[in-house]
Amino acid sequence: MTLLEQFQLWLGSIWPEWAAYITPAIIGIVVVLGFVLTTVIIFIYLERRLLGRFQIRTGPNRLGPEGIFQPIATALKVLLKEDIVPAKADKVVHWIAPIVVFAPILLIFAVVPFGKGAIFTDLNVGIVYVVAISSLSTVGIYMAGWASSNKYALIAALRAVAQMVSYELPVILSILGVVLMVGSLSMNQIVESQSIPFILLQPLGFVIFFLGTVAEMNRCPFDLLEADSEIVAGYHTEYSGMKFALFYLGEYGHAVAYSGIIATLFLGGWQGPLLPPIIWFLIKIVAVFCFIVWMRATLPRLRVDQLMAFAWKCLLPLAVINLFIIAAEVLWLPESMPWIMVVLNFAFAGVLILLWSKLFTLGGGRVEV
Amino acid sequence: MAIRTEPFILNMGPQHPSTHGVFRMRVTLDGEVVLDVEPVVGYLHRGIEKLAEGRTYTQNIPFTDRLDYLASMTNNLAYVLAVEKLAGIEVPERAEHLRIIMAEMMRIASHLMAVGFFLNDLGAMMTPVLYMWREREKLLDLFEMVCGQRLTYNYMRVGGVSHDIPEEFLPALKRFVAEMPGLIDEYDQFLAQNEIVLARSKGVGVLPEDLAINIAASGPVLRASGVQWDIRRGDPYSIYDRFDFDIPVGSAGDCYDRYWVRVQEMRQSVRILEQAIPQLPQGEVCAKVPQLLRPPVGEVYGRIEAPKGELGFYLVSDNSIAPYRFRIRPPTLINLTALRDMVIGWKVADLIITFGSIDVCLGEIDR
Repeated sequence: MTLLEQFQLWLGSIWPEWAAYITPAIIGIVVVLGFVLTTVIIFIYLERRLLGRFQIRTGPNRLGPEGIFQPIATALKVLLKEDIVPAKADKVVHWIAPIVVFAPILLIFAVVPFGKGAIFTDLNVGIVYVVAISSLSTVGIYMAGWASSNKYALIAALRAVAQMVSYELPVILSILGVVLMVGSLSMNQIVESQSIPFILLQPLGFVIFFLGTVAEMNRCPFDLLEADSEIVAGYHTEYSGMKFALFYLGEYGHAVAYSGIIATLFLGGWQGPLLPPIIWFLIKIVAVFCFIVWMRATLPRLRVDQLMAFAWKCLLPLAVINLFIIAAEVLWLPESMPWIMVVLNFAFAGVLILLWSKLFTLGGGRVEV
Repeated sequence: MAIRTEPFILNMGPQHPSTHGVFRMRVTLDGEVVLDVEPVVGYLHRGIEKLAEGRTYTQNIPFTDRLDYLASMTNNLAYVLAVEKLAGIEVPERAEHLRIIMAEMMRIASHLMAVGFFLNDLGAMMTPVLYMWREREKLLDLFEMVCGQRLTYNYMRVGGVSHDIPEEFLPALKRFVAEMPGLIDEYDQFLAQNEIVLARSKGVGVLPEDLAINIAASGPVLRASGVQWDIRRGDPYSIYDRFDFDIPVGSAGDCYDRYWVRVQEMRQSVRILEQAIPQLPQGEVCAKVPQLLRPPVGEVYGRIEAPKGELGFYLVSDNSIAPYRFRIRPPTLINLTALRDMVIGWKVADLIITFGSIDVCLGEIDR
């Protein structure tokens, strides 16, 4: 039973039933929104400072001690900007698109476990829900690109759809490995069954899932949707003001949500010694996010056909092989000796990644015209 | 049922993050595939060639700073060499050495920018650029020591250079020369061994050897295609025949080779600097040249190996104080003519990196 449900039961004993039902829901919404917005602001600050460090400069350090108020100033600036809609834009779709991008990200947090029992709804199909909801943002991105009546935005929108469809498959297949081992789709169960974090038990699955999610949140080296050196700002080229702020929030909200899911599925969620669970969970989220920022500061971008090839020829076969290996191990290996599995899977991961890096080249590209 | 599709025209620039200035490309695209590219230049036209006809030979030196503003020193050098050839002026030995030192420093600075921004076009989020900038900053500090300017130096004079170097210049330059090879190795290791850089740039934007010669390409773009042609060797000017250096030559003519040639050229420039510093003689830094120079009637074409290719000045004198005709042969405009042939059939992203690997400077293209 989650904390929220206990609260609801207690309220039901003193208040009328409808109030006991609505009040926790409102509290939940406020808490999620507050959590997402504060984390996003912290992440924006963190990313800027970290990028500064990676790029031998200081990063923002003027506003407040060590520049901690810079993201707030940025938010204010963006909100006060004039809202421009292109003359030939499809106005309704242009207006709805940012909401469609941002709303699913908030919904993801409904099933993210922050601690023991600290989860809004412990859906028995939690992870399926996450996969289903998170791909909704793509629709919003496509709407934005289409409605802007801008060719850069249109290219980005088409890239977005191709990219999301391709990377969804390896992501889901690597999640299946986790689900096989846990025997449940509930996020809480997934965390509780990780006495050894799944990153050790399924290193290959983790690599595939991580790369797939990085691609889904449009982060470097898969940031083709916002490839500023090619298509200016991608799908939000024609957005400004509050609508742009929603896209910006969506981008970082995505990062927070996916960092949370990576932490839940593979890093043992809120489990950890000494510190309270919520702190452990936040530490893991921030660690994942810092790793993503590191990648962003280091790697160049893939080309669009290489991106597709990477998903279909590299990640997908590896994910299928990983699934088979995990299934065989769950079936035949004794459950009492997980460390055998750790050793075996690290060996498998090493061999397979080496093999693929030798067989697979990200070449090609020229078309006869 | 096949869906009917049609190519569309994308107007890239003049305001675009990676057109390196105000360059415009009218790109015909079939989805992501480039069908046609039509470069549109002229957004930075200032009429320097015409303006120069109304000014004296010395007054024209600052104009050359504004051509390729990432390599002002070599522009100065090309112009003053042409004027000296026209007027038959001997340059003191110390000035010759200083000119070579400045030109090679400028080559390193220009190639640092080219390599950094090439990586930026690949999508590397400014990190390589900022590291390259750090090294370029040291060079700019050195330039500031000798002439007080950091971008438009106006340092070369007809007959020599404007100032002698201050005494703190040589120790600082020696420090730079000592640490630079290690830094080049380090960056090259990070960049040239990155799988994504290799996948993106190898075999992309190939300029075949015969086409490179036919369009009169020069500089790293020509050498990456496998032609061993460097004006410092092929038609030595100043005192380049006294120095020992190699001419790095690529083989495939792709974006990666152009990157590789630039990195190797930085190493060779450091080598030239290492030889030039101990040889630096004492003496005058500028020959006695009349304030209002009146070269004899005639015409001259002086050319040098600028960082981006063959930079030539064609001057016609009618024995007045101003050139009768002042014509610039900009290397990047001529290298750019190959762009269409290099990118047809590739993706939009390849168009951007091929354009970046040519290393253009709009100040020079539009003049």
